[in-house]
Amino acid sequence: MWKYILVLGVFLFGIIYALPNLSPPDPAVQVSLQSAGDSFDSRLVQSVKNIARNEGILDENIEVNQKSLLIRTDSYEEQIKLKDELRRELGPDYVVALNLAYSTPDWLQNLNASPLKLGLDLRGGIYFLLEVDTDSLIETRLEANAEDFKRRLREESLKFRSIESDKESVTFLFATDEDKSDSLSFLRGFLTDFEIIEESNSFKIKFSREGITSIQDYAVQQNLTTLRNRVNELGVSEPVVQREGAKRISVQLPGIQDTAEAKKIIGKTANLEFRLEANNRTLRSRKEPFDFRGVNVDLEKNIIISGDKVADANVGYDESGFPQVNITLDGEGGAKMHRSTRNNVGRKMAVLFIERKSAAKEVVLPDGTLDLIIEPVITKRVISLATIQSALPNRFRITGLDSPNEASELALLLRAGALAAPMEFVEESTVGPSLGAENIRLGVQSLILGLFLVLIFMVVYYKIFGLFANIAVIFNLILITAIMSILSATLTLPGIAGIVLTVGMAVDANVLIFSRIREELKNNSRATDAIIAGYDRAFVTILDANITTLIVAVILYAIGTGPIKGFAITLSIGIVTSMFTSILGTRAMVSLIYRKNNVRRLWI
Amino acid sequence: MNFNLDFLRFRFIALIASISFILVSLATISIQQLQLGLDFTGGTLVEVGFTETVDPEEIRTYLEGKQIDALVQAFGSDKDLLIKIPSSENIENANIVIDSLQQQYSFQLRRSGFVGPQVGGELRDQGGLGLLAALLVMMIYIMFRFQYKFAIGAVVALFHDVLIVLGIFSIIRLEFDLSVLAALMAVIGYSLNDTIVVSDRIRENFRAKRKLNSEQVINRSLNNTLGRTLITSLTTLLVLFSLLFLGGEIIRNFAIALSIGVVVGTYSSIYVLTNVLMSMNISAEDLAERTKDSFDDGMP
Repeated sequence: MWKYILVLGVFLFGIIYALPNLSPPDPAVQVSLQSAGDSFDSRLVQSVKNIARNEGILDENIEVNQKSLLIRTDSYEEQIKLKDELRRELGPDYVVALNLAYSTPDWLQNLNASPLKLGLDLRGGIYFLLEVDTDSLIETRLEANAEDFKRRLREESLKFRSIESDKESVTFLFATDEDKSDSLSFLRGFLTDFEIIEESNSFKIKFSREGITSIQDYAVQQNLTTLRNRVNELGVSEPVVQREGAKRISVQLPGIQDTAEAKKIIGKTANLEFRLEANNRTLRSRKEPFDFRGVNVDLEKNIIISGDKVADANVGYDESGFPQVNITLDGEGGAKMHRSTRNNVGRKMAVLFIERKSAAKEVVLPDGTLDLIIEPVITKRVISLATIQSALPNRFRITGLDSPNEASELALLLRAGALAAPMEFVEESTVGPSLGAENIRLGVQSLILGLFLVLIFMVVYYKIFGLFANIAVIFNLILITAIMSILSATLTLPGIAGIVLTVGMAVDANVLIFSRIREELKNNSRATDAIIAGYDRAFVTILDANITTLIVAVILYAIGTGPIKGFAITLSIGIVTSMFTSILGTRAMVSLIYRKNNVRRLWI
Repeated sequence: MNFNLDFLRFRFIALIASISFILVSLATISIQQLQLGLDFTGGTLVEVGFTETVDPEEIRTYLEGKQIDALVQAFGSDKDLLIKIPSSENIENANIVIDSLQQQYSFQLRRSGFVGPQVGGELRDQGGLGLLAALLVMMIYIMFRFQYKFAIGAVVALFHDVLIVLGIFSIIRLEFDLSVLAALMAVIGYSLNDTIVVSDRIRENFRAKRKLNSEQVINRSLNNTLGRTLITSLTTLLVLFSLLFLGGEIIRNFAIALSIGVVVGTYSSIYVLTNVLMSMNISAEDLAERTKDSFDDGMP
């Protein structure tokens, strides 16, 4: 009895959570106010309605909420056209963004039921994979640490001959072994992230594996946050920005096509450094020459803070109406800035903008052939050079700018420079909306045809039992949809292929059971005994076969990226649900119909 | 269906056939190699839909005039073109192609892609590693559930299937991309499914029919499962053909790889597994019931 209840319960659950997929969300455009305090007036609503009407959109598709307007469109192409139109007409006071309008009824929403998310290959959109260049960050960190240790040793009046850093390590050289031991025992507390290699009269430090991992984690995490902010500037609905492995970040922007614009905003692979201008006390080896508006300036190699410490930067005007840039630093950055500027009032501080691109370069190989290699090209330029008027707290301003344009550009660069380490695009793909729609159509069509062929075959071959199996297959499809919706898994084209394949393989369990039942009948078993024996004997085989396939699916999921993952998800869900439906599901139907013990003949 | 075929009579012919298939596949993979797709080689790809019929050669020449050295092929219909720059390492190449085409033609961008060289290489290693990991874990499972002779048989069958699919892909020069790799994994799952079902029956018959010799037991088991093997292959092929004909260009190679795999897998579950078992002198003693195997006992 409990089995019937279980099957019925799962069936109902499947139906409810698969239901929202019958009404997929419409592409929509959302208009909201730039600042949170204001509210909509009817004039705005009217002008939005007029613009929408020009695009052939009826008023009933416009939903007016307290703080935003949602305009439903018929297609993703229309959505983009409308977005561009609204942006142009409404101007910069409003945020116009792509969105999705869900049409799931309230009672379903209360159960947390929502439709499946579609992958970029079905919806259209842009995908980027970026790699964070953590090596350069590790190098900078090492150099900064070397400076820091040098200062500490001096403050403690500990004697050392020299401290030199290269790409991977810092070497401390001493006159005597005693000096070395003294310094080392003083510094040991600061060297938790380092590996220490001792030699006579000297020791060498380099980042330990944990030290490197923590720097990498920090850099990727910081860049992830920055990327999320930048992506929000694009006004895309449901963007996905996530970490991939140790050093990579993937960005998915559904619904948009303009790679150039997206790349410009996301791919500002830039960083900032605040440095002091060198003075006559700066050692020559600690100087670096730059050009600022045609004049040569020497900057100290020491970095006061880098761009990831900038929390915010915006344009303002001083009392006499001259443009300025207001900068806010985070706590750590503020403390460092204060410490460095306190003793250097009157000197100049520069903001250095570092941009990273890759360029192809031809090289001649030893065997005389030409080969193209990719080299990172780093350009550094000074974007601001200003005199320090006082010890700077975590909020300060840069004044003396020539024009409002210059100010806003500087503010933008300061905000955009908040990357902990530079990044490089390593993968990119764009799918047009028409191809996405076509992929959905093709996927669904092949699913329906495949399903239809299998259903017909099963009924012809196994008669009434084939019908049971068919009900189980359809039940299985509903369950897969429901579970994927609950897990908010993304449906992709390979995912559809996985579902189609599941349909083909799901009947396998029933084929196994039914062939067993037929065999038993041939051995002159009674009908009810044949059914029981058929199910029980086939069970072991089905279990073994499905577990092994599940192992493959799980490994696929673990190692796979993109398309393989999508396929693996639907395949593994399909395997589990198909075991349920084709064993328990059909068993319930069979026992319900052949309940009585006096059944003579099975129509199988 | 009631079969009584003497499968093992032909087992030496099957052995020779399998070995020659494998040798041919190995030869073609090493000489002609696989047409690795963009996913593995890295490079740039642009798919465009023109409003009118276009000649791929014309576009290729046009792009060549613009200093772009690209492969151009028809994709699906005669209005759609796939433009590839295989070893390009510049992410801007897709945009360069689109801009140059826009100067002369009217079309719609269907999709574009760029895979950096470092990613491609990694994927290749990961994919190979994944296949090996899948094989290993399954071998352990079968050893645990059956016996090591079955595990060896299953793994030989899987290598056989994967190699032959790869060989056919190499011979007919179909592109091997990520989706085909996924198909190969599915082939492994599928072929294993078949192999397990047959193994299961062999195990059962060895225990139940102690008067028969090994050859008779295996023959009997193959006949017992033949109906199921054929029907499942048929239903799977039905959906695969529907994917093949309706699924569109992007999953065509996936469907082809899987269809070949299903056919080869069906054959291998009949002949490759049994050949391995026979050559290792499988006998009833190998499958003496262990008390731990509670799944098999106690069931009516």
